[in-house]
Amino acid sequence: MSKMYKVEIVTRPANFETLKVELGKIGVTSITFSNVHGCGLQKGHTELYRGVKKESNVYERLKIEIVLSEVPVEQVVETAQKVLRTGEPGDGKIFIYEIENTINIRTGEEGPAAL
Amino acid sequence: MQMGDTVFMFFCALLVWLMTPGLALFYGGLVRSKNVLSTTMHSLTSLAIVSIVWIMFGYSLAFAPGNAWIGGLDWIGLKGVGFEPGSYSETIPHSLFMMFQMTFAVLTTAIISGAFAERIRYSAVVVFTLLWVTFVYAPVAHWVWGGGWIGEMGALDFAGGNVVHISSGVAGLVVAIVLGKRKEAASSSPHNLIYTLLGGAVIWFGWFGFNVGSALTLDSVAMYAFINTNTAAAAGIIGWLLVEWMINKKPTMLGAISGAIAGLVAITPAAGFVTPFASIIIGIIGGIVCFWGVFSLKAKFGYDDALDAFGLHGIGGTWGGIATGLFATTSVNDGGANGLFYGDPSLLWKQVVAIVATYAFVAVVTYVIIKVVNLFFKIRATEEEESVGLDLTMHGEKAYQD
Repeated sequence: MSKMYKVEIVTRPANFETLKVELGKIGVTSITFSNVHGCGLQKGHTELYRGVKKESNVYERLKIEIVLSEVPVEQVVETAQKVLRTGEPGDGKIFIYEIENTINIRTGEEGPAAL
Repeated sequence: MQMGDTVFMFFCALLVWLMTPGLALFYGGLVRSKNVLSTTMHSLTSLAIVSIVWIMFGYSLAFAPGNAWIGGLDWIGLKGVGFEPGSYSETIPHSLFMMFQMTFAVLTTAIISGAFAERIRYSAVVVFTLLWVTFVYAPVAHWVWGGGWIGEMGALDFAGGNVVHISSGVAGLVVAIVLGKRKEAASSSPHNLIYTLLGGAVIWFGWFGFNVGSALTLDSVAMYAFINTNTAAAAGIIGWLLVEWMINKKPTMLGAISGAIAGLVAITPAAGFVTPFASIIIGIIGGIVCFWGVFSLKAKFGYDDALDAFGLHGIGGTWGGIATGLFATTSVNDGGANGLFYGDPSLLWKQVVAIVATYAFVAVVTYVIIKVVNLFFKIRATEEEESVGLDLTMHGEKAYQD
């Protein structure tokens, strides 16, 4: 059984559509994403509501999860970097995990066949 | 002076005033949640700046006795604009007429913001608003209503097809082209269409003051304007939805409320000159041509008129001006003229001249203004500001805390 990997990308919400299209071109068809919040190296901002000051370095981010077996992980990483890199702090991170098993709920298939 | 007319015009002024906050909601719902405050600020800014400009010198430049191109300075700082009726109506206070006209100037300037939403820097908006109402709105209002050349030529514009809708639409188009596209123009969708519905309904409601009040009294012409306004809005919905249903396979709520606005824009110059039957045709075609403006024209030329200021107001106003030249009849308004369908082709020619002149003047002067503003302020938000959203980067606040 060939290995399966999960690639988790936490990044700015801005270029998601482009990323989806570019990933589609290299064969990634299924993507899960969620709206998340986070902080990191990006400079904070100040909100001020009638004198009530709110300093925050929390920004909206997108967490994108992709599980792969046939498509090479390096290719996904390369595509993501190409699309998402702005060069400014806050571009985000990519995490790669090994996946133990995958089960397709509809068909009952297991392993890479379930992807 | 007549108290009946005065009370009526006071309420009409209130109704038109309400259109600008309505527009803020209408536009606010159409942008993404990170830009909703910035977009509503554009309308609020117009309320703030144009109100002051108007009483200082705007009203005088537009309406005081002057030459064919611009009003004089006689009424600067409201000198001579008092409770006594002025030259525009014998039955209401001159000061009330001035306030009624102010609400038009505020709304017109605010409409432009739909074209530059989601990517303009706020400081640029402030300066642009000040310059635009002075150098574009005031002269065009003078041309049509203040004794200028378009009014003298005999072209008809009942409630502001040229002055309000063509001028704001064309100005929006120019600014949108100069600013360039939003980075995510293709993938951005409205964040709350219920605001858009609410704003659209408020705008429709306010439009009764806009069109009916333009008669300046509650006479037979005013009642025609009342009927025609509502009829054209309804017909606009039907026209838009018919085409949308056929071409896009599904009729949308956003399409319906946009169609209503399209119908209202189209009937604006014609409201007090045409029959209710004509207003059905004007409204339906208004819905259809604006649908075309928003779906086809914009895509074909690739400009990013973000919230369709030109698509609705420019295109709808142009059709309305032409339609007035076709459908106007003296049986509705003996102070008007007969259009092509009532035997007089000369009106249509005058309407076209008025439209072309308005396009040309507004486009050139708006281009100069935005270029001048760009010399002193950066007009375009940076990529980072655009990505984070203008609410946070321009104003330091968020509409929704999660």
